[in-house]
Amino acid sequence: MKKKIKPMTKKSFITYGLVLIAFVAVEILISTGNISSMLKGLLVPICVYSILAVSLNLTVGILGELSLGQAGFMCIGAYSSAIFSNMVKETITEPMIRFPLAILVGGIFAALFGIIIGIPVLRLRGDYLAIVTLAFGEIIKNVFAALYIGYDSAGLHISLKSQGDLGLAPDGKMIINGALGISGTPNDSTFEIAAVILFITLIIAYNFVNSRTGRAVMSIRDNRIAAESVGLNITKYKLMTFALTAFLAGVAGVLYSHNFYSLQASKFDYNLSILVLVFVVLGGIGNIRGSVIAAIILTMLPELLRSINNYRMLMYAIVLIVMMICTSNETIRSFFVRNIEKFKGLFKKNKAQSDVVKEGE
Amino acid sequence: MAFLETLINGISLGSIYAVIALGYTLVYGIAKMLNFAHGDVIMVGGYAVFTAMVTWNWSPWLAMLFAIVVCTLLGITIEKVAYKPLRKASSLSVLITAIGVSYFLQNMALLIFKEKPKVFTSVVNIPKISLFDGKVVIKGETTAAIITSVVIVVALSIFINHTQKGRAMLAVSEDKDAAQLMGINVNSTISLTFAIGSGLAAVAGMLLCSSYPTLTNTTGAMPGIKAFVAAVFGGIGSIPGAMIGGILIGVIEILGRAYISPQLADAIVFAVLILVLMIKPTGILGKKINEKV
Amino acid sequence: MALLDVKKLGISFGGLRAVDEFSIKIEKGELYGLIGPNGAGKTTVFNLLTGVYKPTDGSIVLDGVDITGKNTIQINHAGIARTFQNIRLFNNLSVIDNVKVGLHNKYKYSAATGVFRLPKFFRTERKMDKKALELLKVFDLENEAYLPASGLPYGKQRKLEIARALATDPKLLLLDEPAAGMNPNETAELMNTIKAVRDEFDMTVLLIEHDMSLVSGICEKLSVLNFGQLLCQGKTGEVLSNPEVITAYLGE
Repeated sequence: MKKKIKPMTKKSFITYGLVLIAFVAVEILISTGNISSMLKGLLVPICVYSILAVSLNLTVGILGELSLGQAGFMCIGAYSSAIFSNMVKETITEPMIRFPLAILVGGIFAALFGIIIGIPVLRLRGDYLAIVTLAFGEIIKNVFAALYIGYDSAGLHISLKSQGDLGLAPDGKMIINGALGISGTPNDSTFEIAAVILFITLIIAYNFVNSRTGRAVMSIRDNRIAAESVGLNITKYKLMTFALTAFLAGVAGVLYSHNFYSLQASKFDYNLSILVLVFVVLGGIGNIRGSVIAAIILTMLPELLRSINNYRMLMYAIVLIVMMICTSNETIRSFFVRNIEKFKGLFKKNKAQSDVVKEGE
Repeated sequence: MAFLETLINGISLGSIYAVIALGYTLVYGIAKMLNFAHGDVIMVGGYAVFTAMVTWNWSPWLAMLFAIVVCTLLGITIEKVAYKPLRKASSLSVLITAIGVSYFLQNMALLIFKEKPKVFTSVVNIPKISLFDGKVVIKGETTAAIITSVVIVVALSIFINHTQKGRAMLAVSEDKDAAQLMGINVNSTISLTFAIGSGLAAVAGMLLCSSYPTLTNTTGAMPGIKAFVAAVFGGIGSIPGAMIGGILIGVIEILGRAYISPQLADAIVFAVLILVLMIKPTGILGKKINEKV
Repeated sequence: MALLDVKKLGISFGGLRAVDEFSIKIEKGELYGLIGPNGAGKTTVFNLLTGVYKPTDGSIVLDGVDITGKNTIQINHAGIARTFQNIRLFNNLSVIDNVKVGLHNKYKYSAATGVFRLPKFFRTERKMDKKALELLKVFDLENEAYLPASGLPYGKQRKLEIARALATDPKLLLLDEPAAGMNPNETAELMNTIKAVRDEFDMTVLLIEHDMSLVSGICEKLSVLNFGQLLCQGKTGEVLSNPEVITAYLGE
């Protein structure tokens, strides 16, 4: 008997294939020296933003809630892992051991915060969730920017006022220096590792969506009351998804912090959360592959076209408004759908296939 | 005495939050959406006053009138262009659009007025009040903020409860479809709500910039979010709730800044939001809404 | 012992007594109808039975287990499943996935098993697919299995809702106006389906319906609600010929 390939499986494998091809192409460019240093510097950030976009898309597209705190979770992942790496860099000198541990530390801390923040807010209506996650992101940013941590022979010193307030002994070392952040983090993030993490993120995301748990989460998104009536534990599944997305954002933060020598909390601001939202909206809500493609293009575009840099953020704003009106207004949407169908009809005789449901869209 | 002065400053800032929160509460109550761009209308109001007074040399009164007109028209336009097409869409789409509008206003202002902050000239011309032999000094801006917000709350309450247009707003907030059947023009009522909310944002913008005279393209963002916190705190949809919530948030922020840590004042305000939502999600004066099964 | 034993159930909304002293006994395998004029409180009774509302007084016992005051999720686990008057499907999921969500608590594997695609994932998913297709077949929906639920015609959406409810393997099935919006042909077909469900799955069914042809055609017993109170109760033929019931329906 011929085995049926489900549309979701097919879709995920196309995405894996595309990412793999892109990866090999970049590797060839690097080994033949055909890549500009500017583009080379963008490789890790591209992976970071792609992971963030996938993570936010799970929240927006699968869970159906808007989180504006993605930068906050990323910040927690970045800081916790940078602290970890700075503390163990003399004991564990091998990056291939140190970095995976750092990734776990960053991801787990972010997931913990995801659960802490998720418990009170996931019971609330969507608008509140957006505001609370935004508030949470700001709290994280402010607290880290005001945090001074150092250690000496007497142990750990923590202050929220100033470096002097720590009272470190002369042999002491600063770990977090307030608004100046953390410096000295080992540069463990390479493009290869970042690409592998992106690949794993995609596998996790697709497998999660296309499983018993993902189905439960999407059914809650579609109709909470019906989901309750068939006995689904709403809070559990919402929280689980929220923790997973926080974990992935935290991992993105780890890659980010280990890509630069120094790290400041001010990097993880509201604009970053909005940028990630633009990736998700432009790539299509619920469309994981689209998020990655949008993240890649929008990260490279401003670097390639310097002239548009001043209008970049204005363009993002317009993308959000226009995409939403075009996809959510019934009249405009049906206009597009009709014309796209006509367009497709010209090429495809066998249209029955395209009617098959696309999960998570 | 220093505490008293700080407290008064808190009430003053809180009064401004209250005026902003009223805009959120009205729009949330009637259009059932979180108008994320509301805070940025404040910023537009600030720039309107600045342009009129500094660039064109208009008198403060004329500049204020100009700002109110600009913001009111802006509010109506935003609703027509961005929100009206999404009346039937999911709240998620509306929210993302509102964020887009907010981001649009911020970055448009950045392109027009550039990054360098503008120094705002106060529009308030009230002498300062000295109490206890000058130990406590209340600035004119402080007095103006408190008086203006009280006048606005009273006027708005009278308008909503005792005029035909106001009662139409109440009806739409209760049940849009039923209101329509009763012959109320829902579209124009929502327009009116946005107009009032944005006009209030202009007033808030002037008060805010008079008290804190640096004006940038993100001037409205944080006060906007804090005012939303205030609206939630007081109970979203409630006018007295917005006033109470606004003043509480203002006082908490200023006291936190003075006695805990200046860097953490914002974090404290947001922590309050999370606490309120955990303990009483409907706020101090809010009503619980049940979904029909 | 009755499968469902409800005693003196009541709820007030503010000052309004929406349902008062509602008692009902349903035996296993019965097809029971709940009828009454609009606004009589029928859906409120369903919402009380399924934990959407907490009763202010009275008790609900299902198969010997007291489920009074439990929430919707607990009540579904105890064995009551329902459909809704205004259809509530998972519109963006496929038809088969709607049923598989219903099977969620009967076929389990952990989230990690799903993410890491452990053997148990494939095993369980295969079983779920098989079971879901069997259920869809009963409702003549197997050809639409991979279409989005929102794309189904109205009548089939109603059937899918019943299939999803049955997937939770309930002891008692509550149907809220299953024939609403259907033409006479569709209604006749639905009657057969409901009977078939009762016979094949050995199911007990309580349904709310306005369509008298359906009620008199398949229900063995009826309860009539009027203004939140029981008007009369008993065998279908007797109830429908009761003059009080006729007055309630047709007015004085």
